[in-house]
Amino acid sequence: MNDIVTAIRTVPLEHYVMLSFVLFSIGMAGAMFRRNTIIVLMCLELMFNSVNLLLTAFSAHHGDPGGQVFVFFIMLVAAAEVTVGLAIVVMMKRNVDSVDINQLNRMRG
Amino acid sequence: MQILFYLFAAVSILSALFVVAAKNPVNSVIALIVCFLSIAGHYILLNAQFLAVVHVIVYTGAIMVLFLFVIMLLNLNKSTEPQKSMATRIAAVIAGGLFLLTLLGAIKDGIGIADPDVYDGSVGLVKSVGTSLFTEYLLPFEVSSVLFLSAMIGAVMLGKKDTSPQPLSSGEGQNAADRA
Repeated sequence: MNDIVTAIRTVPLEHYVMLSFVLFSIGMAGAMFRRNTIIVLMCLELMFNSVNLLLTAFSAHHGDPGGQVFVFFIMLVAAAEVTVGLAIVVMMKRNVDSVDINQLNRMRG
Repeated sequence: MQILFYLFAAVSILSALFVVAAKNPVNSVIALIVCFLSIAGHYILLNAQFLAVVHVIVYTGAIMVLFLFVIMLLNLNKSTEPQKSMATRIAAVIAGGLFLLTLLGAIKDGIGIADPDVYDGSVGLVKSVGTSLFTEYLLPFEVSSVLFLSAMIGAVMLGKKDTSPQPLSSGEGQNAADRA
């Protein structure tokens, strides 16, 4: 088992942190960049995944399985969120015949 | 090992950029699948075998297929794609870049957490994650099933056709339902 540990530690933790920062920033910029609601949902998935990657990297470097259980729960929540989100998109297309996210500002009261 | 990490990192960043930049939503979905597969590769490099398998099954197998189905159902393509103005796009790119700079600036002196001396090499295998999930995190695991139930009910409620009489076009749907 010791060689696995040394193999994991050949890549420094900082690089995983930087990678997940880059992915998160791309997801955040994408959510502002696009108007298609489905693409915005996909950018949300991208941000979820960068956080998942960060949690897994910390968990693997510190030998604590708790972080990976959290990633599992985040995946569950993401799956539930996508189901409801896509149902809302389908309903939006049916009612206003568009997937433009700016159409949703009609909801404001 | 290190080469693989940088390869997967490059693939995931490039495909993530393509998700945002692609004009056609179907191309975005394909790029996101590539991105998720490279992230699964990262999980394998981190010896998180359980998560790698679950990630491929849940994300690339279920969620992305759902996205593709909805895009096909709504018949979205390049011509129906709503476009933002150039000023908004430039603002979005600048905001994302500044956010990235802030985050990177926060860790420029290192993250300041040392790796522990004693290390359990079985972390990330199915046995270790499963033991943790069914002892320490049993209650959240059970509660998440309730979350799934409510998400399922919510999706069905949102997705079914609205049969209540509309305030503007009143009567027609109701009469048809009565006759039936």
